[in-house]
Amino acid sequence: MILDSQEPTGPIETRWERHRQSIRVVNPANKRKYTVIVVGTGLAGASASATFAQLGYNVKAFSFHDSPRRAHSIAAQGGINAAKNYQNDGDSVWRLFYDTVKGGDYRARESNVYRLAQVSVDIIDQCVAQGVPFAREYGGYLANRSFGGALVSRTFYARGQTGQQLLLGAYQALSEQIGKGKVTMYSRREMLDVALIDGHAKGIIVRNLLTGAIERYAADAVVLATGGYGNVFYLSTNAKASNVTATYRAYRRGAGFANPCFTQIHPTCIPVKGDYQSKLTLMSESLRNDGRVWVPKNKDETRDPSSIPEADRDYYLERIYPTFGNLVPRDVASRAAKKMCDAGFGVGSSGYGVYLDFKDAINRLGEKNIADKYGNLFEMYERITGDSPYKKPMMIYPASHYTMGGLWVDYNLMTTIPGLFAIGEANFSDHGANRLGASALMQGLADGYFVIPYTIGHYLASQTGGFSDTSHASFGDTEADVKAKIEKMLSINGKRTATSFHREVGKIIWDKCGMARDKAGLEEALGRIPAIREEFWSNLCVPGTGSSLNQELERAGRVSDFIDFSEMMVRDALTRDESCGAHFREEHQTPDGEARRDDENYSHGAVWEFTGDGNAPKRNIEPLKFEYVPLTQRSYA
Amino acid sequence: MKVEMRVWRQDGPDAQGKFESYPVEVVEAMSFLEALDVINEQLVEQGQEPIVFEHDCREGICGSCGAMVNGRAHGPGDRSTLCQVHMRQFKDGDVIYVEPWRAGAFPVLKDLMVDRSSFDRIIQAGGYISVRTGSAPDGNAIPIGKAVSDEAMSAAECIGCGACVAACPNASASLFTSAKISHLSLLPQGDPERSRVLEMVKVMDDEGFGSCTNHGECSSVCPKGIDLRYIGRMNRELLRQLVHPSKGQLA
Ligand SMILES: Cc1cc2nc3c(=O)[nH]c(=O)nc-3n(C[C@H](O)[C@H](O)[C@H](O)COP(=O)(O)OP(=O)(O)OC[C@H]3O[C@@H](n4cnc5c(N)ncnc54)[C@H](O)[C@@H]3O)c2cc1C
Ligand code: FES
Repeated sequence: MILDSQEPTGPIETRWERHRQSIRVVNPANKRKYTVIVVGTGLAGASASATFAQLGYNVKAFSFHDSPRRAHSIAAQGGINAAKNYQNDGDSVWRLFYDTVKGGDYRARESNVYRLAQVSVDIIDQCVAQGVPFAREYGGYLANRSFGGALVSRTFYARGQTGQQLLLGAYQALSEQIGKGKVTMYSRREMLDVALIDGHAKGIIVRNLLTGAIERYAADAVVLATGGYGNVFYLSTNAKASNVTATYRAYRRGAGFANPCFTQIHPTCIPVKGDYQSKLTLMSESLRNDGRVWVPKNKDETRDPSSIPEADRDYYLERIYPTFGNLVPRDVASRAAKKMCDAGFGVGSSGYGVYLDFKDAINRLGEKNIADKYGNLFEMYERITGDSPYKKPMMIYPASHYTMGGLWVDYNLMTTIPGLFAIGEANFSDHGANRLGASALMQGLADGYFVIPYTIGHYLASQTGGFSDTSHASFGDTEADVKAKIEKMLSINGKRTATSFHREVGKIIWDKCGMARDKAGLEEALGRIPAIREEFWSNLCVPGTGSSLNQELERAGRVSDFIDFSEMMVRDALTRDESCGAHFREEHQTPDGEARRDDENYSHGAVWEFTGDGNAPKRNIEPLKFEYVPLTQRSYA
Repeated sequence: MKVEMRVWRQDGPDAQGKFESYPVEVVEAMSFLEALDVINEQLVEQGQEPIVFEHDCREGICGSCGAMVNGRAHGPGDRSTLCQVHMRQFKDGDVIYVEPWRAGAFPVLKDLMVDRSSFDRIIQAGGYISVRTGSAPDGNAIPIGKAVSDEAMSAAECIGCGACVAACPNASASLFTSAKISHLSLLPQGDPERSRVLEMVKVMDDEGFGSCTNHGECSSVCPKGIDLRYIGRMNRELLRQLVHPSKGQLA
């Protein structure tokens, strides 16, 4: 597998501009001869589809949702970063670049991150012009908040619904193009494979979820904007339908999959209540600005939290990290909670929860002030748990939230398959080993509005255009594979539901390849996954047929890919014998419990190559150079 | 605790539907959709087809879920989607009727799943601001008063779930359509294309939604509390376009 990053050289400030001048472009009159398939209409896919259509390309957009107004992106609460420096607090493209490289613990490509910081400012302008109602100050200008421990205030937000408003902005831009006939929208279609012709991606095979029909679509290039794989853990804050199928099946066709073990765990989510639990809900990180995290000092504590005296409480974050206290970064806060619970100090019915207490803040600022800041979140918490955080401390526990790994892409966002691109959370590019808060929305929209509309031209200009031959043998072969898999799942007639397998594999991955990993645990996981796969293929039960709406069949297909994918994830965690960012190997930590990187041996992206069923995948590397941000050890003590 | 769910089962758009009864053991902390999950897992284990229902975020923001529960859109609870309803809102022994949205413009696809693509076509008719990517001025170039911006945001909060249509005796989509029209026409960026109201209302009528006769059921079941005043605003926008068609570029 050749990993040529296509990264420009020379001064970083002008790399993107020079690159745009040097790549091929499609002449405006010719653009209508080209068709692009975009799979996924979340933030990344909707913004890309709308922009391609504005440029004159024909677009076929696909989503398994009923409408492009829905996608996992809609749930983002906190906000979106941009280096506008509207607060005059010293923010700049450089600072956002620097924070992102450092926050990612030096496992991202500098050129990509710099470009991301550069175009961040254009995203805000674009969204405002579309009518996204960002929060404003009384003077009528845009408001900002600081987020996720950043030292400057660069986060733009729309109440607690930033993702919703940004997605609706992109959806509306897309709807305009659908209305004008430049985009054909295929909703309720699930992409199940990529069709390659002479090694180039020239189409996809999808299942029409309403009729069950397997359909072929051809184009001159294919863009995957299919989101992340956080649901590999079964329980996560991701929307229920989010899955790895599109990217995993592209991997099986030859696209390198980079850094699958880089997954982010968010520290403040509502803990698991029981076996029936279907997903986890995120409570905004901003709560840690005023809430104090603690557990009882006594393992056998049975008193109600409000009646536990100060002397019997352990405010462990304040104790261990006196400088940052409750505001340590996500990964540090998450691991500390796990440690306390593993040691037996956890609270709640499962023992896997810690308190987040607002009593002191309410005493200091008054209930009214706290309600102004967090009223919505408190209400949401009470709705789910039945407890009021005004009266009783919240209970929280970390949960899977975001995945930094994804399909490997070069500077043009093209995967190792020519003509196949990946954007948004589906690719691996910009966040390294850890993503900073409010940076995923930024990256999805940067890719979709401002990067791929240029870079795809470079590829398309090398193609004749107008490819539409779905009768090509490659489509037939690919479709046959898809059909065979579906038939097989329907014919097992076993005893277990797809969900039961998902829970089982998710639990192993969470325990052994979650917040903290070690060699023995990872090897154990690697030993246990094949048995789950084997049972899946011999004891799965999927009622109904393939030729009609069948949600259980959809689920089963996704779970089968999660099982296979989880193995690659564990392998990646095992072979990355260092700690970095969210990838914490117990064997590699500093005396104060921080991740200890090994830059000499692991300053690279690990890119997995499919080598056939039953064979171990091959690990390739893309070495990373740091010319601008000096490598340093993170420390929050 | 144990409840009995009587769920509408319908094989396809043209099939006859009927209620099926599913007694189920639940706990108070379970969400309503998790109770349906429990029923579904049991059905699958018995080789029977599970109840089809839509859901995704399960936290009240994507607008995928929705059903009539005991005759009320999204069930008991104030300003909540079905996924935000919990079993503690019911009592042991309750019989719970669960039905799909019922409206001509939302045909039933299967069981509790309906086709809401008519909403998309209303938006495609003009529910956007035309701005080519890259041609926008600086975000702070046009100051917008906080009150106006907040009002636009309140309208923009609509999640497109369709409860308003399901609750309305006329199956009107006025609350949905007016929320988008209000959001965009309140903002200076949306001003040049204010004639959008003509197209959007036309499509709304063509799709077979009924007209608004001020029952207010829509707003009372809306999970986001979208206010009836937006319907008044839509009607004023419409009148303005009919009286002064020159105001707005599209007209
Ligand atoms: C609770 C929560 C809060 C968050 N808050 C923030 C925040 O405040 N700030 C921030 O920056 N980030 C936040 N994030 C992260 C951010 O929301 C996501 O990373 C981002 O929205 C992903 O966008 P996307 O367009 O890449 O993918 P998605 O929004 O996941 O879209 C995927 C699309 O692909 C389609 N799709 C997938 N597979 C297929 C297939 N096989 N066939 C057809 N279609 C397919 C889906 O239908 C969908 O349209 C948050 C995440 C969570 C879970
Ligand atoms: S599932 Fe998203 S609103 Fe209910």
